[in-house]
Amino acid sequence: MSTAHEHNDISHVAPVKVLLGVFGALIFLTVLTVAAVFVDLGPLNIWIAMGIATVKALLVALFFMHLAYDRPFNGIVFMAALVFSGLFVSIALLDSREYKKNVDDFRAVTPLSIPAGK
Amino acid sequence: MSTTPHTAGVAAAPPHGAHAHGDHAHGGHGDHGDHGHHNPDVAHHFDTANQQFDAGKLGIWAFLVTEVLFFSGLFCAYSIWRNLNPEVFLYAHHYLDTTLGATNTVVLLFSSLTAAWAVRCAQLNQKKGLVLCLSLTLLCAFGFLGVKYVEYSHKLHDGIGWGTAYQPHNPKLFSELTASGHYLNGRYVSEIAAERNLGIDGVPYAELDNAGKFQIAEQLRPEFLPEPVKVRTFFGIYYGMTGLHGVHVVGGILVFLWLLVRALKGQFHAGYFGPVDYAALYWHLVDLVWIYLFPMLYLIH
Repeated sequence: MSTAHEHNDISHVAPVKVLLGVFGALIFLTVLTVAAVFVDLGPLNIWIAMGIATVKALLVALFFMHLAYDRPFNGIVFMAALVFSGLFVSIALLDSREYKKNVDDFRAVTPLSIPAGK
Repeated sequence: MSTTPHTAGVAAAPPHGAHAHGDHAHGGHGDHGDHGHHNPDVAHHFDTANQQFDAGKLGIWAFLVTEVLFFSGLFCAYSIWRNLNPEVFLYAHHYLDTTLGATNTVVLLFSSLTAAWAVRCAQLNQKKGLVLCLSLTLLCAFGFLGVKYVEYSHKLHDGIGWGTAYQPHNPKLFSELTASGHYLNGRYVSEIAAERNLGIDGVPYAELDNAGKFQIAEQLRPEFLPEPVKVRTFFGIYYGMTGLHGVHVVGGILVFLWLLVRALKGQFHAGYFGPVDYAALYWHLVDLVWIYLFPMLYLIH
């Protein structure tokens, strides 16, 4: 397959090698993340799982979603969504323990129970 | 926009008369002087196929942005809940089947490959390849939903719903869970057994077979009941996140069916493949969400 035949006037054509390579890497990372669960690294485990997921997400975004070859503006638009999601979650997490004492005090006098049946 | 010449590579179009552009009905053609030379695949408000493609692409990215923000609400709920109740997640994820979750991950990754390949085929005028790739993507999407159906129906059958519908009524399931995960209400059975020197006829827990481990787990069980009372909220989050994701898979199926029909009619070619590209981008986002959901729900350590 010569590259001359793999040209498109409108948009970049992803080579087969890249598509298969990215897919192989994604499968490898999936196996890796499942295997990582069996290794006890304490609180590190969740960060490793999220780190692997982020590498997979980058591979999908850069190559399957063409961001590596695309106009940078599309990537910037997408990044903006991720940044604002990050802000949303992290700011919401900031005070999530603020009322823990109130909840605990309430629980101490009100035993938790699930009503039987609906 | 009236006199912009065609860029290289956009095929000279036949006279537009054969192509019923809705917009042609309105009068005042004076400001659209290039109409007669327009590419039939380019809507009349665009100058070139390139411009049309880029505009559509920015449009789909803007839509994906709203999708990310849409999902971020659930990711936020998840983060706060897990942060406040780590033991609930540790306990409840034992109800989830990692094998099925991993299978679905691979199915979805493969469908992302075929979706990306479909774009390539359309760009290179490979009609058969395009139809094949779109069909494979659809097949994977149905496969994903099939696995999800198996997971959901098993859970609901065992009384594992969300909110007050969380009423586990399958003691066998509990035994299987504790034996397979050796897990009781936030603690490993092996840990407790080692601490208390538990065993059967002098054989320590670690050296017992599965039946023996069951027995020990069953002995300990009353001591560790009730389970974390907020487990049902985990399933609220589980069904909420996987359900919203599942709805997106269904949406993807509808879009890819439409693409398949159009591909069979031969409507996509190197000069016009925008819809394939945009649908593939949407499909990759659905895949991206699952890439995070899988470790967040199934792989809790």
